[in-house]
Amino acid sequence: MSSAPSSPSSKPRVGLFVTCLVDMFRPTVGFSAVKLLEEAGCIVDVPMEQVCCGQPAFNSGDLESARKVAKPLIAMFENHDYVVAPSGSCAGMMIKHFPELFANDPELAEPVKALAGKTWELVSFLTDVMKLDGVAAAFDGSITYHDSCSGLRELKVKEQPRKLLRTVKGLEIKELQEPETCCGFGGTFCVKYPEISGKMVGDKTTDIKNSGADMLVAGDMGCLLNMAGKLRREGSDIEVRHVAEVLADMTMAAPGIAGTEKG
Amino acid sequence: MEQSTSPKFKQNAHHALHDASLQRALGRLKTGFKDKRTAAIANMPEFEQLRDTARDIKNHTLANLDHYLSAFEANVIANGGHVHWCADAEEARQTVLKICQDKKAKSVLKGKSMISEEIGLNAFLEKQDLKVVETDLGEYIIQLRNEPPSHIIAPAIHVHKEQVADSFRETHKGRDINRPLDEPRDLLDEAREVMREHFFAADIGITGANFLIAETGTSVIVTNEGNGDLTQTLSKVHIAIASLEKVVPTLEDASTILRVLARSATGQEMSSYTTFSTGPKRDGDLDGPEEYHVILLDNGRSNMLGTEFQEMLRCIRCAACMNHCPVYGAVGGHAYGWVYPGPMGSVLTPSLIGVDEAGHLPNASTFCGKCEEVCPMRIPLPKMMRHWREREFEKHLGPQSMRFGIRLWAWFASRPALYGKATGLAVRVLKSMAGRSQKIGKLPLAGGWTDIRDMPAPEGKTFKQLWAEQQAAKKA
Repeated sequence: MSSAPSSPSSKPRVGLFVTCLVDMFRPTVGFSAVKLLEEAGCIVDVPMEQVCCGQPAFNSGDLESARKVAKPLIAMFENHDYVVAPSGSCAGMMIKHFPELFANDPELAEPVKALAGKTWELVSFLTDVMKLDGVAAAFDGSITYHDSCSGLRELKVKEQPRKLLRTVKGLEIKELQEPETCCGFGGTFCVKYPEISGKMVGDKTTDIKNSGADMLVAGDMGCLLNMAGKLRREGSDIEVRHVAEVLADMTMAAPGIAGTEKG
Repeated sequence: MEQSTSPKFKQNAHHALHDASLQRALGRLKTGFKDKRTAAIANMPEFEQLRDTARDIKNHTLANLDHYLSAFEANVIANGGHVHWCADAEEARQTVLKICQDKKAKSVLKGKSMISEEIGLNAFLEKQDLKVVETDLGEYIIQLRNEPPSHIIAPAIHVHKEQVADSFRETHKGRDINRPLDEPRDLLDEAREVMREHFFAADIGITGANFLIAETGTSVIVTNEGNGDLTQTLSKVHIAIASLEKVVPTLEDASTILRVLARSATGQEMSSYTTFSTGPKRDGDLDGPEEYHVILLDNGRSNMLGTEFQEMLRCIRCAACMNHCPVYGAVGGHAYGWVYPGPMGSVLTPSLIGVDEAGHLPNASTFCGKCEEVCPMRIPLPKMMRHWREREFEKHLGPQSMRFGIRLWAWFASRPALYGKATGLAVRVLKSMAGRSQKIGKLPLAGGWTDIRDMPAPEGKTFKQLWAEQQAAKKA
């Protein structure tokens, strides 16, 4: 377990957990996270052997596969002060579910507890640990924010992103009617029960469109890809971004999650 | 027992999603129970502590279930009542029938009871030539419509008042066919009139029980219509049917849990009627039943004790989980295909009728966690649904393709270098499929995704490729 940095000279060493969807679909989110962490005074390291937290197998009931995939992470981040992920879902997996997954492994129980104790979701790390209370970013327009379920309910990420977003110059927040209702992604749920998922994400995009915001922002790529895919299918041109991109002032850097052609 | 349609969950859901009238009804859930719960809880600062206390009471009871059930039985008998231990549905049905036959009963009144749904009691008694009348208005409506309940506390939540009027015109004979039944008041008045005749004629009154109190031998029911009171006090015989886990140690414990029950369920501080029944009518009592029977039903509960599903036995059937569940909100209760819908049903139903029969239910969840957030008894519902998925995986019950896919993925994911190459390739392919539109409208093997939404295109290279390039450039 680590504590907050004792002095400015002892910069905390942060291991960035990139998450599968960020790695494959939106590298910009990873670079935004690096930028935010460095600006907040961290030394960022990306272990190149990292793959996945094992969540797809875990939630499918295949604990053996989940352990096989998750196990390497425990040693990989042993020497970092903190592990930070731009995802409430993957961070939640490591914080809340790893201890359960390895509960019967006497050798790993302690290291897993240590890992869980130093792992954070990106925005809550910036605000709750690094005490960041503002960012040097600008966005000329309005956004609406979706509270992704894992971050919200497992890690209590709710006020933190809004607090930082309010410091983005020119940005206006237009809240959804139901910001805390699931978007219907749910990992394998969206392909196993596409019709129900479709109804849920349809309700969500209606809420998003009704908000009148120019951009949809959230902290998890799974939800963002789901909502972006539905918005595009409906012909909406509302831009979709990960919160890290907005806070790191990288909203012009890449096409965005549901790319319009301006990128 | 009622035949389940849980294996057809997907088809059930499909029909529900295309049923405009049902969708309209489900839309009302949002502004009904949910908002009322929020308001009720805002008015009670100690709500969170009460939840902890309620959870602890039930945990303690479940850890000493045999003790409290024995104490309950002894006290019922001491008060002049009878206790019948029934292992399964058939035994419970036969026990009810025996009591009815002993009293030469012709008609049976029912106060709302999910347990009697669980054991298919109405259909069984009707086959034995007994007239059965449901007294809860919602339950009465679906009885007329010949449907199962779609919600555990609001069984007819899917029915519109126009449909109720139609049912009344069809079944309440001897009335003016053109009488006005447009307003809820009209419907209520007519139901009340019809019901009154039944109340006075009934031989047997059957209710469920929200609680059984060990220290006093009391059964407790909560209703908002007072129908439960009349069912059990006007009939000559009162039969309370309850499953084993309904017992709590003391009156005080029952009162504590009652404080979280109505707030979680309907957003009321208390249900309108809370009725405590302790034995039959005593000498000098003005009313009450001549006989008081409690049927203690196991029907699979004891198999849950000592397993990862034991915590489910804390459930007090408040329905907060289904009121807040976005999946329930999309498809309604009938899609779940058996007595208990929503998240609580997704955990309980596989326990009671088997995971091979009800395997869809624990899978049809996004694990959004809202159900656990609102559960007054702090039941970790998503975690227990995941335990069911584990059991299914162990028993090879899920689709073979899914199983194969997960294993293949895990094989790749535990080989970082290979995984990196595979994802790098996948990203390039996806990028080229998307072309200039930067979205993919049809994706092989992911029809479930692209049937309803596009797949946003990846940027072109993986983060790890770009990061490695950047680090190399820095060093150069």
